[in-house]
Amino acid sequence: MPGRIVAISKKWGFHGIEAFKNSSPLYKMTMGMFAILTLAGLSVGLHGMFVGYHNVYGVTREIAWGLLISTYIFCVVTSTGLCIISSIGHVFGGEAFMPITKRAVFMSIMFMFGGFCIIFFDVENPFRMAIWNVLSPNFVSNMWWMGTLYGLYLVFMIIEYYFLLDQNHTLSRLMGFFGLVVGIAAHSNLGAIFGMLHGRPFWYGPYLPIYFIFSAGMSGGCAILFFTTLGWKINSNIMNQRMERAIKAVTQITIFLISVIIFFTIWKIITGMVSDGKNLIIMSFLTGNYAINFWVFEVFLGMILPLYLLVRSRGNNFNLILWATGLMMIGIFFMRYDIVIPGQIESVYHSLGVVEAADMLTYTPSFHEIMVSLFGIGFIGLTYFAGEKVFNGHQLEKNEIVPDGGYICPGCGAIHFKAEGETEEDAMKRHHRIW
Amino acid sequence: MKFPIINFNTMKNDGTSSVTPRERRKFLKLGFVIAGVFAGGKILTLTSITATAQASGGNGIKKYPYNPHYSMVIRQSLCIDCEKCVESCNKTNDVPGNEYRTRILTKKYTGTLDKQIEFIPVLCNHCNDAPCVRACPTRATFKDSMTGIVRMESKKCIGCKICVLACPYDARYFNAKRGAIDKCDFCWEKRLSHGKTQTACSAACPTGARTFGNLTDPDNIVYKLVHQLEEQVWVLRPADDTKPNIFYMKGNMRSVDNILKEQNFKLSHPDKV
Repeated sequence: MPGRIVAISKKWGFHGIEAFKNSSPLYKMTMGMFAILTLAGLSVGLHGMFVGYHNVYGVTREIAWGLLISTYIFCVVTSTGLCIISSIGHVFGGEAFMPITKRAVFMSIMFMFGGFCIIFFDVENPFRMAIWNVLSPNFVSNMWWMGTLYGLYLVFMIIEYYFLLDQNHTLSRLMGFFGLVVGIAAHSNLGAIFGMLHGRPFWYGPYLPIYFIFSAGMSGGCAILFFTTLGWKINSNIMNQRMERAIKAVTQITIFLISVIIFFTIWKIITGMVSDGKNLIIMSFLTGNYAINFWVFEVFLGMILPLYLLVRSRGNNFNLILWATGLMMIGIFFMRYDIVIPGQIESVYHSLGVVEAADMLTYTPSFHEIMVSLFGIGFIGLTYFAGEKVFNGHQLEKNEIVPDGGYICPGCGAIHFKAEGETEEDAMKRHHRIW
Repeated sequence: MKFPIINFNTMKNDGTSSVTPRERRKFLKLGFVIAGVFAGGKILTLTSITATAQASGGNGIKKYPYNPHYSMVIRQSLCIDCEKCVESCNKTNDVPGNEYRTRILTKKYTGTLDKQIEFIPVLCNHCNDAPCVRACPTRATFKDSMTGIVRMESKKCIGCKICVLACPYDARYFNAKRGAIDKCDFCWEKRLSHGKTQTACSAACPTGARTFGNLTDPDNIVYKLVHQLEEQVWVLRPADDTKPNIFYMKGNMRSVDNILKEQNFKLSHPDKV
């Protein structure tokens, strides 16, 4: 048996617990910090559950969804995005994207778990959910579909990851395809939860489901760049020419997707300004309570600065990419917050012109809400740092994913195809003419 | 092929004498047709206004979907903000201190000579197309198939609060005591299912601002109020198209009082329908 376990761990690229022991003190401290954060968040969350959420959370009758939902959305958006971007490579065969797959799928699963950690402390009766979602389903409810599809998505992603580790790329590809389809359905459905509330004009319409998908792509690209360059900081061995090419490709697609989101945001603002139902909320973005959130975090940190830095980096300057995407992750977090909370700040009776609904409603996250959010974030951080060590930087095995007729280029590590009658050297010259 | 070029500057004015009587008649006829179309349009609009005044979307309702189809007419001008309805509701339904199932909103008019303040009681609208019922993942909130009341099955509620967001009338809140979302059920649990005919709020109202009844029964006061054509009846947030069952009207006009002759002594007979 031990021999078999050794064989599997070699095949899967396990480094085991030994890897922790050999890591630097700084690394151990970072992991310890995330572990403490996770435990602290968990215990504060359990305290909230014990004393009743309504006593400790900042959400009110009118603003019923707060920081926890926006952090949950941040997590699942990133998870779906990681799945979308990684599928370009290992589902659709975009060769340049292949090296990022293992890390992306791993983090996608962890982000999903992180999201579930947070939603567990948001839903008042999570145990009833398990029973009645099955026994009494409402097929016209977006909420039901979201829960069901995300559950299915997680299952597909876990199976896909198993096959990835097992180097069974045919089944992994199939599962990846199912995961992608279900993930996109689940995620656009998350947008539709908001988009189908016709009593809330700020959210209502097909905008959010579409925006969520593109936004997920952007978040996924950002997360892959962030976690890969951070992984390079941890272990510089993960970088080879093939990985460099992958980062360049992901940088390019991220730049494109940031541009798409800038376009979305501009039109959201402009169309909202002429709509009676949206005008007040849009103005709170531009000049009101949410101006700092919007201009500093969402626009500057989330879009403009990373766009500039990523273009400047040319996909080669990994330190610059790390900074750009790190700041962008913070900006994206505020982007999600700016979808959930401002949609509720205008009372439903505001248009009636009554005294009670004259002012915009306010919301401030409470200590418990912040800690529960950090429970999810801490969990994701912890599993990331653990994963980097245990799975040895998520490196692809040298003999992986080489299709028939292809060979791994000794120069760049990428897969090249020989034309008929061509030598490997000629093929390499042909491939590298453009590079 | 080339078209001949007409130079209008060099053309001679024929004068009106050259227009034949036949042509004049044709022109006049055309004018009548156009004017007639406009008149016809106007008449059509007028008839459709009477239809919208019935507060049912103007589609010509043939039959209400429930029997008894419980609904409430709120005669806004009669409300004096005594909050007896709110008190009575909270007591009857064990509503926690800082929450409410129904409330009275205040609308102030500044710089007006006549009306200066107006009170608008609001509660769950028991919509026929209820957004909360569609949104609920576990069918914990549902439309009662007999009475049309939007009710809760508390044991199924997972507390996700999507219904709170979906409701365009702020009618829902999380009740920690029940461990579920709580909302107005037209006092089904506490009164109607025990044979009473009035909700706690309508029974407590001293001025008759809240009138509760069955919209399907032509003899019922609610039916009469909603279907009279003299006074305008409206609903809150009609653009959301949820088909609410709480109707609003001014209710201080003589015509309405004539219809409501039976209701004049409501205070002494609170359970009178």
